Order: sequence, then C-alpha cells, then structure tokens
Amino acid sequence: MAAAARTMFEKIWQRHVVVDRPDGYTLLYIDRHLMHDGSAAGFARLRERKMKLRRPDRGFATPDHYVRSDSRSIADIADPNHRKLVEQIRTNTAESGVTLFDLGDERQGIAHVVGPEQGVTQPGLTLVCGDSHTSTHGALGALAFGIGSSEVAHVMATQCLWQRKPKAMRVSVDGTLGAGITAKDVILAIIAKIGTAGAVGHVLEYAGSAIRDLSIEGRLTVCNMSIEAGAKAGMVAPDDKTIAYLEGRPFAPKGKEWDKAVAYWRGVPSDEGAAFDRDVSLDAAAITPMVTWGTSPEDALPITGRIPEPSTAPDAAKKDSMERALDYMGLTPGTPLEEVPVDRVFIGSCTNSRIEDLRAAAKVAEGRKAVIPSWVVAGSGLVKKQAEAEGLDKIFRAAGFEWREPGCSMCVGMNGDTGKPGQRIASTSNRNFIGRQGPGVRTHLVSPAMAVAAAVSGHFTDVRKLLA
Amino acid sequence: MEPFTTLDAVAIPIDQPNLDTDQIIPARFLGRPRDTQVEALFHDLRYTPERVPRPAFVTNMPAFAGARIVVAERNFACGSSRENAVTVMVDNGLKAFIAPSFGDIFFNNCFQNGALPIRLPAPRAAELRAALHAHPGARIKIDLASQTVVGPDGKTDRFEIDSFRKDCLLNGKDEVSLTLGYEKDIAAFEAKQRQEMSWL
Repeated sequence: MAAAARTMFEKIWQRHVVVDRPDGYTLLYIDRHLMHDGSAAGFARLRERKMKLRRPDRGFATPDHYVRSDSRSIADIADPNHRKLVEQIRTNTAESGVTLFDLGDERQGIAHVVGPEQGVTQPGLTLVCGDSHTSTHGALGALAFGIGSSEVAHVMATQCLWQRKPKAMRVSVDGTLGAGITAKDVILAIIAKIGTAGAVGHVLEYAGSAIRDLSIEGRLTVCNMSIEAGAKAGMVAPDDKTIAYLEGRPFAPKGKEWDKAVAYWRGVPSDEGAAFDRDVSLDAAAITPMVTWGTSPEDALPITGRIPEPSTAPDAAKKDSMERALDYMGLTPGTPLEEVPVDRVFIGSCTNSRIEDLRAAAKVAEGRKAVIPSWVVAGSGLVKKQAEAEGLDKIFRAAGFEWREPGCSMCVGMNGDTGKPGQRIASTSNRNFIGRQGPGVRTHLVSPAMAVAAAVSGHFTDVRKLLA
Repeated sequence: MEPFTTLDAVAIPIDQPNLDTDQIIPARFLGRPRDTQVEALFHDLRYTPERVPRPAFVTNMPAFAGARIVVAERNFACGSSRENAVTVMVDNGLKAFIAPSFGDIFFNNCFQNGALPIRLPAPRAAELRAALHAHPGARIKIDLASQTVVGPDGKTDRFEIDSFRKDCLLNGKDEVSLTLGYEKDIAAFEAKQRQEMSWL
C-alpha cells in the first residue's frame, strides 16, 4: 500500500517527534535555536536552575533589538539596562559555547536575516527563536516559529518543546505579479484577505506559481509576516532556488554531507494530493502596491484606494474598531491614499532589509531627492557591505537618505529609534500596531519601493508611476 | 510554579479585537527588570502620551480594583512573542483570560506562568463583557478541575483544555522537570539523528 500523501509540515513534524503522549502532546526536537539580545531572560532562567545548555552547537546568537543604528559601540548604548542585555549576549554565549555574531562582526544583524544568510536555516529543520518573526525562516522549507522566554529556557535545557500539533493551511497565489509588485504587497494582500486571525492554530504553506517565482529573499518577506495572519508558522517548499541559495554558505553542509542533505531536502515538499485543513487562493495579477491605513496589518488597501468609511463596516464592533483606528491614525474617511502626507520613512526590519530590498529601494531613489527624513537600516553587516560594494549607499545618500548600522531599529524602537507623537511613518516593517514605533506614532506598512516613493513625494504614491 | 485550581474574582472587560501584546506592555518597557515592569501594564491605553490617566479605561476605574480575570475579544494578545505580556498581567494579579481566540504564542506563554487562557464562544464572551460593563466589579468563578466558568449571571459554561496543560496547571508542574523525565527518549532521538541527518 502506498504511503498516504503528506504535507511538508507533516513530514518535518513527524521527523522531529521525540515522544507522542496519549493526551495529544508531542515532545518535538528542535534543530536550531536562534538567540538575540532579548534572550538574556532564557539564560537567567537556566542559571537559576543550575543547568547548562544541552546543545550549544545548535545555538546561534546575534544582538539586534537593542543595538544602536548610529554606532557599533556597546558603550554608546545610553540605557544601562539595554547596554547590559547586549553585554550579556557576549558573556552568555562565551560561557555556554553558542556561536555568536557579535557587534562589530560583519555577520551581525537581525537574527532573521542572519540565519538564512549564514546557512544556519535549512529545509526540513525545526527552528525556534524567542521572537515572533521566526516564521521568516520557513521560506527555506523549515518549520520555524517564535516562542516566549520560558520556552527559550526549555529549549536551552532540553533541545525540545512540548507542542500540540497545529493544523495545515495552504495559501496559493497563482499567476504573474505585475511590474513594481513585490513580495511585501503579496503578503499584505494575503493578510487583508484572510485577516490578522485568519490562520490562528495553523501552519501556512504558501504555494502557487507566483510564490514559486519569488526569489528566496521574496519568500523570506512573505513568510516573515505569517505571524501577522495569526499563523504558527509559514513555509514555502524548498526547490532548486533554495538549494542554490544555500550552497557555499558558511553553515551549510559541505561535500558528501551536502549531497546527503540535498537528498533529504528534495523529499521535503508536500506530496501531490496531500490534504490541507484549509485552502485559500489569490490571483497574483490582481495584487497592486499595498498600504496599510489602520492599526492592524489586515487594514491594508491598494494604493489606488481611499481611506475606508466606517459606515460601510459589516457590524457595530467592526465599525467601532475602524473608528478607533482612524482616530489614532488621524485620517479622514474617503481621502485617496495618494493624498495622505507622510512625515518620515523607515526602510529596514526582518521583513525588508535584505540586499534585494535595498536594490529595489535604490532603483526608485536614484536621481531623486527625499523630501522628508528617511532612513535605510540594512539587515546585517554583510547586507550593508554588499550594498556598499554595489554603490547603493551612495545612491541613498545622494538622495538624502540616512545610511545606518544593522539591527531591528525603528521596527520596534527598543533601541530608542522611535518617531514623535503624531508623526506618520511609511515603514517597510511588519506591524502598524498603536505605539509600535513610539507613543502616538502612526505607522503605515509598505514595500521598500513604495517607501521610497513616499520619501521622494512627501505623500503615499503609486510607485508604478515612478518606475514607468 | 504556583498551581492554578479555582479563581473567584472581579473581572475586567477588554473590548478591542486583535488587542496586541504591544498594547499589554509597550516595547520600551521590555528591557527593564521584571519588578519594575508592573506599572507598564496597558500603559498607553491607561495614559495619554502626556501621562494623564484616561478615566474611561477599565483598569483606571475604581470599581474594577482587585480584578484577577480578563474577558477579552477575539485574537487577544496577538503579535509579539514577549512573555512579559503574561508576566506583567500575573504581576498585576491577572491570572485568567477569557476570549473567543488568542494569539498562539501568548496562549502557550500563559501555561509557563501558572495563568489560564480560556476559549469561550464569541457570543458568550460578548455577553460576559456586557455584564461586566453593566455591573462593574462583578465576579466570575473559574474551576479548572471541572473546566467551568460561572458568569455574573449565574450561567455556567464548560471550556476545553488539553489534559496535559490542565495537569501541569493544577499541580503547578514545571515543564522542564517533566521533560527531563524523558531523557532516554531525547538521547535516543539524538543518536538516530546523528545517523540520518549527520550534516547538522
């Protein structure tokens, strides 16, 4: 009898079961554990229990949340609590033997940029990190998800996690994306369609020709925001592009081990006919450049649209939440999105800070001038170096953009990179939550190209007009 | 970990759907020691940017003083994985959360801190919030052993919880200690993986 067709998620899950309890809980083995400067709490919990890391060889760390974007010196971090967190990642990894990409090392950067870049992230693996955007790594065909600090300590101590198996959901995007449409627009369109709780309890598999046509970096952008659809994780089937991307990366296997790994990776994609608990599809050709207008990532609209009217809401609760969002965002219903003025621009974050993002942004910035304060924060030292080798930094600087040092920066503002109350920011990050970029700050999520279009226009602008 | 058995306490209603963990504790408070985070709970919902208390926010209303239960809307505590969203509530006395649905990571983090997230159907959660608004300071009774919630209206609802999670909460069991009991299984898995996935 032929084995039942299995989804990619199912295959990776089954491969990592240590114990299946009769009560439905599974002890799942974790292959890779990424750590950052916020992981100090996990190390502290481990120390309280007088325990050591079970598998320091499976841990990789880099400071990202609390590092400054204008200095590489720990001493320059003004807040003593924050400085301590960045110092502790050094001492904690040195004591435990975890690999560190430290401040000052060109490999340092945002954990979710560094993992794939170093070849730490690979198909068919389980990967966790104490950060919700761990879903990013699923772009290479890994099962990757964010956990809290207690579970971080649990993985440090046991290399395992107790999990109830999530359901599987497939989002298919078929057809060809139009000119100027990016992975960011794809994921914003998906979240706008299924909602910010649309995939709660599910692992998402992104499928279809438009997803296959995306580069690995584009897939990283899509998977990054799976959590904004409520998903446990997001993933894309590994293919020739994935394998070509990994070949030669520092932590990718070599020689015979490479061949053995590739043989396993080839078997990871979902079998033909595998059943998903839910299926959703989108037409790639219908996706336009997207902009969020509200305070939830699902509040996304095509740039050609207008600020929505709460009176059109399907029910009173939705009307109330729309009114609340519009009040916070300082927007008037009916206003065309292209007429909304922008005060500041942020290009960066684990969503959109990779070399292709910077190339797409530089293409729009070249020969133009930013009319509002605009920042570019590369995702890692290596991305920054590559961009400089290509002269992108010169293009950005000539266009009036600030070219800053790698880290999470203004996506979450934990390092002090925040806006002022009332400021409206076009941001390539992942969350437009109230206060996310500072108290009272109004965040609009866009692609890197759309962020530059706003920077050079002073208001949201359909980037396709500038590319024409 | 402190066991969770029963709770009979004042409950606060939180009406916003998709209330994210940035609203429960804003990111700028995360780098501080835990004992100094207590005041950060719902900070920007409780205060204006000028730090004036917003009288209309539930935790600023005297009638809700001493609350230990939150009744929320769908997708409660979505967003960032920050476990501080659970610990800051526990440190403010809030130990049980009732909502139609939760952010997955927050849901898991609750069990790590002796807190109980309860899923109830959206209409019942809405009914409970309405009752709490109508009678500020009204109490809700939770009994984990029988998996029941008794609302201010006296109506009882049964809720589902995994027996694994229930057992850990009732007995204050620590997951790491539990897992260490499976050492042989973990070692066997690792031995097998060294063969099958030797490139790792």
